[in-house]
Amino acid sequence: MSLLKIGPLLKDGRLVGEDAFQPVADDAALPASGAVLVTYARWQAEKDQLSGRNAPLGIVLPNTLDVLDFGAEAERFDLIVLNFPKFSDGRAYSQARLLRERFGYRGELRATGHVLQDQLWHMQRSGFDAFEIPREDAAEAFAKAVKSFSNVYQPTGDGRVSALKQRLAAYNTKNGRKEAAE
Amino acid sequence: MYQYDEIDQTMVDERVAQFRDQVARRLTGEISEDEFKPLRLQNGLYLQLHAYMLRIAIPYGTLSSRQLRGLAQIGCTYDRAWGHFTTRQNLQYNWIKLEDTADALADLAKIQMHAIQTSGNCIRNTTTDQFAGAAHDEIEDPRVWCEIIRQWSTFHPEFSFLPRKFKIAVTGSPNDRAAVRVHDIGLRMHKNDAGEIGFEVIVGGGLGRTPFIGKTIRDFLPKQDLLSYLEAILRVYNQFGRRDNLYKARIKILVHEIGIETMREKVEAEFAASKDGALKLPQEAIAQIAAQFAPPAFENLSGISADYANAFRTDFEFGLWARRNTFKHKQPGYSIVTISLKKEGAPPGDASAEQMNAVADIADRYSFGEIRVTHEQNLVLAHVKQADLPAVFKALKAYDLATPNIGLASDIIACPGLDYCALANARSIPIAQQIALRFRNWERAHDIGELKIKISGCINACGHHHVGHIGILGVDKAGEEFYQITLGGAADEQAAIGDLIGPSLNTQDAVDAIDTLVETYLRLRKSSDERFLDTYRRVGLAPFKEAVYVSA
Repeated sequence: MSLLKIGPLLKDGRLVGEDAFQPVADDAALPASGAVLVTYARWQAEKDQLSGRNAPLGIVLPNTLDVLDFGAEAERFDLIVLNFPKFSDGRAYSQARLLRERFGYRGELRATGHVLQDQLWHMQRSGFDAFEIPREDAAEAFAKAVKSFSNVYQPTGDGRVSALKQRLAAYNTKNGRKEAAE
Repeated sequence: MYQYDEIDQTMVDERVAQFRDQVARRLTGEISEDEFKPLRLQNGLYLQLHAYMLRIAIPYGTLSSRQLRGLAQIGCTYDRAWGHFTTRQNLQYNWIKLEDTADALADLAKIQMHAIQTSGNCIRNTTTDQFAGAAHDEIEDPRVWCEIIRQWSTFHPEFSFLPRKFKIAVTGSPNDRAAVRVHDIGLRMHKNDAGEIGFEVIVGGGLGRTPFIGKTIRDFLPKQDLLSYLEAILRVYNQFGRRDNLYKARIKILVHEIGIETMREKVEAEFAASKDGALKLPQEAIAQIAAQFAPPAFENLSGISADYANAFRTDFEFGLWARRNTFKHKQPGYSIVTISLKKEGAPPGDASAEQMNAVADIADRYSFGEIRVTHEQNLVLAHVKQADLPAVFKALKAYDLATPNIGLASDIIACPGLDYCALANARSIPIAQQIALRFRNWERAHDIGELKIKISGCINACGHHHVGHIGILGVDKAGEEFYQITLGGAADEQAAIGDLIGPSLNTQDAVDAIDTLVETYLRLRKSSDERFLDTYRRVGLAPFKEAVYVSA
């Protein structure tokens, strides 16, 4: 799978001028130093060598990967890139939630591929915090898109309190009970 | 009835604003039609043969009279003063302009309605028994669970770009009126030996090109685990459902290909890892939602109303209607009334704005201001005092809404077909109309008894032809409309896919064949109590096939 970047990087609502991670093609030699981004295939073939480098490590996962087979290794990485080959292919949403919520991954989780403004809300709620967007001048609109809705119905790893739990908390407060934990 | 609070209202208002912006970006060309399509679809907007069609969600088929009047008004403002009720408990407008859509959605939001997720590859409007909360045979009101599912599935961040559309249906009665075995997920409420109520979870049912009856993945799921379990199924489907072929992308194909045992292992593993997490439903939260579906203030009635009994004896037309279009209520002295949208000659499921307003008025006066929409494309007044039935009949009759044909041969499900739909191969409405005409003689129709005829204009099976006692599927043969006939399908608790009787027939022959099939049934049945479906199950396909093809 390709490591080619398709556009500017948006992280925590702001454009990141220079990506700290240098993509390294599968057949290219690893640079002596600096953060690198490698494919899942390369990671599988060169685990020792890659782990031995004293620099941040990023990995691109194919969206066909069952992350249950990878999750235990997630914490070794500073960056995990998940792919949307087409905006309508939503497998990476599940991968993202599993990595964040099941395996407790805390590093950067970046969306790449066909990333559209109208999906940022879904992506962020699923655990992504960085997005490769099509154009720099779209950054503002993209940053706004994650704020499309003031409330949420579902609890996810983003920590927002669901409508159900908000109502329950309000009810319990009114009735002098302790708030239920989310 | 469930009422939006500030959270729900803000959500639909923000949705309108979001869609207004999306339409604007489409009109300036900032986003391509390809990119716009899923956005409009998830707002219920289809591009059809002649115009845009807007599909409105009617969650679990429940409407207030105010909402029904609002739908009539929106039909007048943006359409041709009509609405079409569908098998998915939706309402469709057929003549909408793209540039009006955001305004129509804004008007809907004012009556706590929307078009969210009525299309697209996401979790669709959850459907249920139209008699929920009223039927005498109910274990528990399923609308509470439909509302919990509605909230969980609305804008679900993980499941808005699934391999294909996803439909969930719930029944709270052992007599399945929600066709749960032909949904992606069907939920049946059961009481176990310990007296606890929970769900049987059925997965992988569906019609269309490859029809399947759903399989039970879990016999009994405790209520508080419902959302965790649904999320587990959806997560497995999102990751492992096929995306290489549109026709093989539904969960039924995944279940079929990997087998229900493997599917169960995957889902149960996912469920085990998440069941005690944030999705576990606290008892008080369930109770808060259930409180909104509390029964209305019924009167304490006993015995049979004298007015009702008298009308039943003396007014023949009323008696016919009351026998056919009412159903036993759990509250003594009350009945459930089904309003037929199948008057002969009318497209099944269509209602004029005038009729919608009339039904809203009648509901206000006689049924606590509440209306239901059925998957068989009729309307329901769920709580009518038996003493009021004669007055309700009269009021409905004035608007052509009292056809006494519920469950009979002319109570046909039909998709819009080639008259409206861009996917159709043949027309459905005219053939439904012609068949209904054949059974206009009430004596014959009532003698035939329960007979479910379902018509689809293409393989996508929106008219549920696979599960019709008689199913009719429109096909295109060198530019001519032909119809394939299936027998023995059922959508109830004994769901079955119908058997094809033989080569397809042209329009005239197909209509004649329905007559022949019915006559064959009348000849073969053991008694007038044996329904068409029962006779078919007893004698099989051969005599019916012979009657149609030999006599032809």
